[in-house]
Amino acid sequence: DDKEYVGFATLPNQVHRKSVKKGFDFTLMVAGRGDPAGLGGESGLGKSTLVNSLFLTDMYRDRKLLNAEERITQTVEITKHVVDIEEKGVKLRLTIVDTPGFGDAVNNTECWKPVADYIDQQFEQYFRDESGLNRKNIQDNRVHCCIYFISPFGHGLRPLDVEFMRALHQRVNIVPVLAKADTLTPAEVERMKNKIREEIDHYGIRIYQFPECDSDEDEEFKLQDQALKESIPFAVIGSNTVVEAKGRRVRGRLYPWGIVE
Amino acid sequence: CQLFGYVGIEAVLDQMKIKTMKTGFEFNIMVVGQSGLGKSTMVNTLFKSKVSRKSSQPEQEERIPKTVQLQSITHVIEEKGVKMKLTVTDTPGFGDQINNENCWDPIIKYINEQYERYLREEILITRKRKIPDTRVHGCVYFVPPTGHWLRPLDLEFMRRLSKIVNVVPVIAKADTLTLEERAEFKQRIQEDLKTHAISVYPQEDFDQDPEDRALNDRIREKIPFAVVGADQEHQVNGKRVLGRKTKWGIIEVENPAHCEFPLLRDLLIRSHLQDLKDITHNVHYESYRVRRLNES
Repeated sequence: DDKEYVGFATLPNQVHRKSVKKGFDFTLMVAGRGDPAGLGGESGLGKSTLVNSLFLTDMYRDRKLLNAEERITQTVEITKHVVDIEEKGVKLRLTIVDTPGFGDAVNNTECWKPVADYIDQQFEQYFRDESGLNRKNIQDNRVHCCIYFISPFGHGLRPLDVEFMRALHQRVNIVPVLAKADTLTPAEVERMKNKIREEIDHYGIRIYQFPECDSDEDEEFKLQDQALKESIPFAVIGSNTVVEAKGRRVRGRLYPWGIVE
Repeated sequence: CQLFGYVGIEAVLDQMKIKTMKTGFEFNIMVVGQSGLGKSTMVNTLFKSKVSRKSSQPEQEERIPKTVQLQSITHVIEEKGVKMKLTVTDTPGFGDQINNENCWDPIIKYINEQYERYLREEILITRKRKIPDTRVHGCVYFVPPTGHWLRPLDLEFMRRLSKIVNVVPVIAKADTLTLEERAEFKQRIQEDLKTHAISVYPQEDFDQDPEDRALNDRIREKIPFAVVGADQEHQVNGKRVLGRKTKWGIIEVENPAHCEFPLLRDLLIRSHLQDLKDITHNVHYESYRVRRLNES
């Protein structure tokens, strides 16, 4: 106990202890179109798989994939999955908001509207709770982040992607990702990313900006941070299966020509 | 829900820590008691710096003001990268008059004014991201070491204030009491508080879980802490310690065998600082808000 030590430097730990007890809430939305040509087999952009890979859990065990006929008549729905996960004593209540049917119809005019309405409804609910008399146990169901899946099968953003992001960028933090990136070569990935970044700029879409790193961080960290920011949109691959690669068991996709980890 | 591997959710705690350290935090403490009970010295001892009213105005002659005046002084202190904006509100003149009726009114008014300020900011259309927090998080009440009972003034004050703010009573200048006298005095004070249903910090009603309750029960057994303040250093057994030098020995302020200053410091700063702020925000401020909203 050195002489000059008062002890308030323990404050971050006091806050920490309280947060561990309370646990955290996080609501993540995943949005993106299905591949319009896909009438049989996997028609998604791997959204559910990515969520499972992110949180290393199986959130959609009982999901049923609709067949083509069912999909033609479907409208955009908003579905919610809530799970409580715990890791090293930290409790997280994770809510995944899904948008099945988005962009699947023949005429997709304003299909982003149910999504925008959903987000606004959560804000409205929170606003009411916050203005109420008893504010003890307000539940935060607001959407904290929206991962938008961009198809790797085009030449950048499609009109629907632009529409969606422009409608939502003032309402939610948008993190765009390039989905199913294992279908692209490194050069193609580079090209797509550049195109997408250009278009995001061109259409005035405001995606989520990762925070600036501290001026007192070391050079190496700053370079890493810079590299991270320059790779947006992240080219992602998800997997629900574990495969054997180089003697290790990893999450991946097994192809005849190699294993994607 | 089963996790198949390490996700990294616990990293959120580091993220929170970093944010807390970057934004720094505010802590507002009020000291109340008659003049001469060592309030200013105690504050300096607590924060190991000259943060009290007297230190900021050393030339001023000590004259008891005719009415209770409230004086707030703010300092920014830093420790291990954590910045704290500390505001100490002193109340010279409290309890010093011949007729002390209603001398708590200016204090109650001040505390409510801070709640009002915060409320106004909160209901603005364009709210500040971080509302400046001037609300009093803890009020340290200095009980004179008579050794007998709480005086009517002490009871009146604590009864009224404990309803709107966290009150931490302490036995001031406890070096005038022997250990037995202290124990008896404490016992009587605890009885008195119970009889008059005065709920001081940490309040039983706000214990969140059995772990909290156990921890706070141990603290409640010892309230009010018998404290001694000192801002001078002396040599004891080859070490420099903060203390008071008398003819019959040196009273070491940080020695738990001599006085309970370390307990007060640990409570206010090292362990319950965030809790004091949380209770102020979630309980006292909310009560104020409900009252105000029901009025209008």
